Amino acid sequence: MTELEAGRAETLASVRGGAAFQRYRDVLIAVIAFAVLASLPLFTGSKALLDFVIRCSAYGLFATSLNLLVGYTGLTSFGHGMFFGLGAYSFGLIMQKLGLPIPVAFVATLAITAVIAAVIGAICVRLKEIYFAFVTLAFQMLIHSTILSWASFTGGDQGLRGGIPRPAFLGINLANHVHLYIASCALLVLGLLAMRQIAQSPFGYTLRMIRDNAARASFLGIDVWRAKLTVFVLAALFASMGGMVMALFVSGAYPEFAYWTISGEGIFINMLGGVSTFLGPMVGTVLLLLLNDTVTRFTEYHGIVLGVVILFFALGLRKGLLDFVAEWFSHRRDAGEGR
Amino acid sequence: MLEIRNLAKSFGGVKATNDVTLDFPDGSLTAVIGPNGAGKSTFFNLITGALKPDSGQVLLDGVDLAGRSPPEIVRHGIGRAFQVASIFKSLTVQETMLAAVSADQRTSAVLHKHFPLPETRDRAEHVMELLGLAGKRDRTAATLSHGDQKLLDIALALVLEPKVLLLDEPTAGMGPEERWRMIDKVRELWETQKITVVFIEHDMDIVFKIAPKIVVLCYGRILATGTPDEIRNNSAVIDAYLGTEHAGAAA
Repeated sequence: MTELEAGRAETLASVRGGAAFQRYRDVLIAVIAFAVLASLPLFTGSKALLDFVIRCSAYGLFATSLNLLVGYTGLTSFGHGMFFGLGAYSFGLIMQKLGLPIPVAFVATLAITAVIAAVIGAICVRLKEIYFAFVTLAFQMLIHSTILSWASFTGGDQGLRGGIPRPAFLGINLANHVHLYIASCALLVLGLLAMRQIAQSPFGYTLRMIRDNAARASFLGIDVWRAKLTVFVLAALFASMGGMVMALFVSGAYPEFAYWTISGEGIFINMLGGVSTFLGPMVGTVLLLLLNDTVTRFTEYHGIVLGVVILFFALGLRKGLLDFVAEWFSHRRDAGEGR
Repeated sequence: MLEIRNLAKSFGGVKATNDVTLDFPDGSLTAVIGPNGAGKSTFFNLITGALKPDSGQVLLDGVDLAGRSPPEIVRHGIGRAFQVASIFKSLTVQETMLAAVSADQRTSAVLHKHFPLPETRDRAEHVMELLGLAGKRDRTAATLSHGDQKLLDIALALVLEPKVLLLDEPTAGMGPEERWRMIDKVRELWETQKITVVFIEHDMDIVFKIAPKIVVLCYGRILATGTPDEIRNNSAVIDAYLGTEHAGAAA
């Protein structure tokens, strides 16, 4: 074996070990995160804190799924919130009208979301940047107006009232606050883990190629349209999961869940947390909800405050918080190596 | 063998490619030259599916590929590199290669495994060595020098193991020394990989030195084809392109 070959074998082995290590590391982090979150009720009786985490789960799933489109694929959807609303309404309606077990309703909602996302995606992903953004926004408005005008089915502007029945299954009673909390955390962690797997799979790298240079990707034999449609549907599924957590939390579904401002908040969260790291949107979610909760307590003009914050991130930092931190670390590392 | 039959493409009233018929035998090295606007890049775009021809055939080993999509044509074995290096700026050199092999092995939609797949490594490694990019494997593509970006672009085409490799001005934007290094690399690839190579080039010294066969395009038509000596002494080429001074110097 020549020196070159030996060096090559070494790098190959390290790359191979790296992939396995990375996978275990992700699972390990997920397990630890879940353990920490799940043990929280043992230490605190604060209902407000648990509520906060549940809301973070719903928004975090939604915002991270949006990052699959925006950050990884370069598809800036202004209508991603429609799948959040769709998840909440489908799940709520199935539970209210059919009274199915919760896991069945969960899977059925995902199936409905997949079909609708495939139809909408097939129309949208052919379009270029700004047109994609606006047509997704148009579909969002369409779904929102459908919910408003189909009052006999959806409750119109009153939303799904009367509560969503939450029958116990497998010893889990989601009407119990702690059970609901643990289930939300589990969905969040599992959802994030699944999205992380998508991001780190060969398909995830196909998405990065499309984001960087779609034309070149097609000259490597990649069917760009199909890849974009696939990620559009996958992202919709996780947004729908977020919507279901929200519906369970408020025991209802309201037209605001499907309004375009939800999509706007998703974009806002991604700008706050940053799109260049996987957990950026999760950090952004916590930031936005914290800001929202504290600012609304002090002033009714919370919109102005949030606007100033987003301007600071967009114009001042020109990146999200976690982007900033990641860059700072890599600078430090480079400086350390240079010495 | 790549056979082009009566290929034509017009933009409005301009015939960018006008009834072009050419053969590129297996393992040949051909230079395509011509003044600006001669239709050289259009010719490549028609072969690779970036543009749909109005009429004519692009036969690769007897299969007509004219008018098919770029992914289909790539899968049949026609790879290309671009005039302006067309790369993935946020990926490292190694990731770029591994992802390209994944695309070729049709595993680019795999969700349940981690990137990179073990079976993509050897080919990626081989091509990185071949183009001298192995030492820069962990560099992000955007941070590479202009010359290395061009090499990476060629590596992207080559890693798909094409039968035919089309290089649109591999030396574009390079200094004199870098040009020769690049063109030596191209020639070396052609000799070692036994593939059909067609390249567009503006530098006549390079063309006459390394291309066994030259095609001259002018206003979308073939003005002449032949060996360097034939082209150098072709009166139509001298009038349209080379100019008398160059011909005098050559004679």
